[in-house]
Amino acid sequence: MSPILTRRRLIGSAALGAGGLLAGCDRLGENEGFRKILFAADEMNRHAQRLLTDRDALAREFPAENLSPVFRSNGTQYPAGPDYQAHAAAGFATWRLAVDGLVQRPVAFSLAEIRSMPRRTQITRHDCVEGWSAIGQWTGVPLRRILDHVGLRDGARYLVFHCADDSGGGVTYYESIDLIDAFHPQTILAWALNNAALPIRNGAPLRLRVERHLGYKHAKYVRRIEAVASLSGIGAGKGGFWEDRAGYEWYAGI
Amino acid sequence: MATTAEQATITAPPRRVFRHRLATRLWHWINVIALFTLLMSGLMIFNAHPRLYWGQYGANLETPWLEIGSTETAGYLKIGHRRWDTTGLLGRWQDGQGNIQRRAFPGWITIPSTYNLAMGRRWHLSFAWLFAFGLLLFMARSLWNGHFRRDLVFRRGEITPRAVWQDIKDHLRLKFHPGGEDAARFNILQKASYAGVLFGLLPLMILTGLTMSPGMNAAWPWLLDLFGGRQSARSIHFIAAALLVGFIQVHVLLVLLSGPVNGIRSMITGWFVLPREKGQ
Repeated sequence: MSPILTRRRLIGSAALGAGGLLAGCDRLGENEGFRKILFAADEMNRHAQRLLTDRDALAREFPAENLSPVFRSNGTQYPAGPDYQAHAAAGFATWRLAVDGLVQRPVAFSLAEIRSMPRRTQITRHDCVEGWSAIGQWTGVPLRRILDHVGLRDGARYLVFHCADDSGGGVTYYESIDLIDAFHPQTILAWALNNAALPIRNGAPLRLRVERHLGYKHAKYVRRIEAVASLSGIGAGKGGFWEDRAGYEWYAGI
Repeated sequence: MATTAEQATITAPPRRVFRHRLATRLWHWINVIALFTLLMSGLMIFNAHPRLYWGQYGANLETPWLEIGSTETAGYLKIGHRRWDTTGLLGRWQDGQGNIQRRAFPGWITIPSTYNLAMGRRWHLSFAWLFAFGLLLFMARSLWNGHFRRDLVFRRGEITPRAVWQDIKDHLRLKFHPGGEDAARFNILQKASYAGVLFGLLPLMILTGLTMSPGMNAAWPWLLDLFGGRQSARSIHFIAAALLVGFIQVHVLLVLLSGPVNGIRSMITGWFVLPREKGQ
């Protein structure tokens, strides 16, 4: 066998191998056992970041000159449904934020009550899972203030945010965070963006800011916060709309 | 004209030297898997927002320095103000079923092969562990067993302009193996490119990757200062990946040109057969 033939054969089989590998990758990605391994990285990333890093470490806050000229909105731009639209038309005057589940004193806050609570203003970067970033100035009530008000009961481990926007198939958006992020000083329920009332496309009247996570964790149009012991009873059990539908990571710090 | 020494090597059975230790060989092949998976799943993630920016922020309303996009009829790559038609390859291409797709990178080069950002991230963020810890363990082992000191450190005589020029000329003439034992040692261009990849590009991939993590930004804010912002880090991540692809292409080409069987075998078994020297 001449060396040329060997070489040609080598290149040929390499090309064939590459095509086979790619098809193999798609099949592997659908294999139950292999998915478990791939999906285990979510937990590893969460544990590694929580282990390596200060749990109260603050996301960077930027000076005003770093503000995005226009803060891009993503996902729902204007929630469908007569109920939300009636609220929007009335300036959200009768909007209520219900906080319930494993709490000592379930409360339905009015927006006026929430706006009169201690506020925090922060200029932070919003990172979409797609890759883009926008910097905006958010004002809202620290979530810990709300939690202090209602008092979490023993056993509460997660907060689930139930939203007003139908994100497809008649299912309203939902997301969840753990108590480390819930009590983080920069975690706020924002009612203003760039010194103006929160626009509808950015989640009016209330949206979550959970600054050390990607955008899909920052639930918009929040109307109910539920404290739960486990995420297994929420949606399909993965903790969020996109987690349940598309397989996005529950831990979105990476 | 052949010298007596060369005649001796022609008649004697081929001499072998032990060239690559177990840690090197294991890491090499783990890296083949990890890097290909990372590159291809990375292209899938890029497809979700095929635009690159400099600075702290960047989204659809900002001007990207690089963009892969499409019009009704054509795909294009745009860098700065220059624009190239890339129809069929980037931006607008046909998938295996013959359907026109308007994504940046084509399905045959992404993992998964159909658009799926969630799965692309799952592949990328799990194989990143294999890549990062593989590199860490290999570096620790190579410091310990003297691989770096023995094989990668530049020697005094190697870095004179004359010696470097000689090595460049040898490469251009496709003359890769000096006589005798030296054939198994790295030449200066090899040392420089391996060292550049090992201590430059690969750590840069990891650090720019971490800079895109909002959690790591909070934990290690110096990452943002080091790279000038998350969007800059994303751009550098992409550029460094392109440089790595370039390195891999040259590396594979040189292996093919310099004796693929011996080269690949030595990366599997560790043993490198010293080439018989040809008479002039």
